[in-house]
Amino acid sequence: MDFWTRLYEGLPEIAARNMWQDIYGKFYQAWFQNDRWLTYLQGLVTTLQVTVIALCIGIVLGVLVAVVRTAHDQRRPGTWNPVLSIVDFICKIYVTIIRGTPMMVQLMIMGFVILKNSRNFTMVGALALGINSGAYVSEIIRGGLMALDPGQSEAGRSLGLTYFDTMRFIVIPQAFKAILPSLGNEFIVLLKDTSLISVIAGKEIVYFARAIITRTYEPMFPYLITAAMYLIMVLLFSWLQGKLERRLRESDRR
Amino acid sequence: MIDVEKLSKSFGDHLVLDNISEHINPGEKVVVIGPSGSGKSTFLRCLNLLETPTSGKITFEGVEITDPKAKIDAVRQKMGMVFQHFNLFPNMTIQKNITLAPVRTGLMNQDEANQTATALLRRVGLEDKAGAYPNQLSGGQKQRIAIVRALAMKPKVMLFDEPTSALDPEMVGEVLDVMKELAQEGMTMVVVTHEMGFAREVGSRVLFMDGGHILEQNEPAAFFANPRSERLKSFLEKVL
Repeated sequence: MDFWTRLYEGLPEIAARNMWQDIYGKFYQAWFQNDRWLTYLQGLVTTLQVTVIALCIGIVLGVLVAVVRTAHDQRRPGTWNPVLSIVDFICKIYVTIIRGTPMMVQLMIMGFVILKNSRNFTMVGALALGINSGAYVSEIIRGGLMALDPGQSEAGRSLGLTYFDTMRFIVIPQAFKAILPSLGNEFIVLLKDTSLISVIAGKEIVYFARAIITRTYEPMFPYLITAAMYLIMVLLFSWLQGKLERRLRESDRR
Repeated sequence: MIDVEKLSKSFGDHLVLDNISEHINPGEKVVVIGPSGSGKSTFLRCLNLLETPTSGKITFEGVEITDPKAKIDAVRQKMGMVFQHFNLFPNMTIQKNITLAPVRTGLMNQDEANQTATALLRRVGLEDKAGAYPNQLSGGQKQRIAIVRALAMKPKVMLFDEPTSALDPEMVGEVLDVMKELAQEGMTMVVVTHEMGFAREVGSRVLFMDGGHILEQNEPAAFFANPRSERLKSFLEKVL
């Protein structure tokens, strides 16, 4: 028996506990009893997995949509490319629907309507989150591409570079630095939104916290622990992001 | 070399260029002057299709570049352009700024491009800046680099869009010197500028634009000595 268990066993009966003993008793039940902390960590791993998968889907979708929409907006007047126009139209509908409906509703539609026969709830959740994130990422990227001084791409094109070379070597590297803070913010939102996949039975932290509550009938600590885990993850990520931004800024002063 | 026929350009309801026809011969140094808003920059930017004309035809070396099917990237490789705000790429070294286009368009391999860059930089006295970034340079240095960057593509014609307007007065001279040297070597040039001295000294023909029209043109000496239209007279009174 370890120290924490002995401490718990040594507590008086529930009715006779003082405030601190009561708090410790509840915390013990929420964290140490039956090795429940392992359950939270299991949820944490799933949360990170879902975030990474959704992030990848989001970035791929976001870049594709942003490139299509920017290429459509910047096409040479007088030229008309029917394929590009159709794809651009689809992209616009996608962004409008995703931004115009709540995340939770999208999750439920994905989990209970579109992919209702799938048993892999966690992956369904990751997919729904990725599709959601893609719409926001595409707007962030598009904003970055459009905010860059038009003179930069004019200079590239005036030298005879193609549209894609100009994008690749001149516009995108500069836009990336400008949108990094917004992208980081979007990543944090995504990380926290993973908590929603518990509504379609995705097995992340909130899902397990609730499972523990149904055993102990004590909601305070499981939810506080959940909150603390998210907070630590976000703080860790913000710190990494700050480091990256400082690194990129230093290259400006060379 | 460049043939402009009935060129019009409007932004929305605002007619900026009104039915302009003009011809630029090889070796000519055409200087375009005029009040702001007269359409001179738009005219220049139409020549390499940075602005798409609303109507009219532009032909460069026998290729009709206003045709939507024209290979505009190939045409632009032969037309260097220098901008008012330099538009150097801040995310690259000077060397990379100059060599990017020649290498990517297949004009040269990296070694040849590096040699070209070094030779051109030496010509404008900036060979020690090859490894620097644009933000470390002064305005005059940036503009000289921008000229070098355009020259690295070995263009047939150089377009200058108010190249000295964004410079500190004491840096104007160094940029104009590079342009004068370029003119003496026989480069075909179209220069939009407010530098009347440059127009007089270097230009082989001066165009005066106002309200989307070319109101008057002449060889520089006569242009400045005997302006014919009232509008040009009053303009020259103010700027000279």
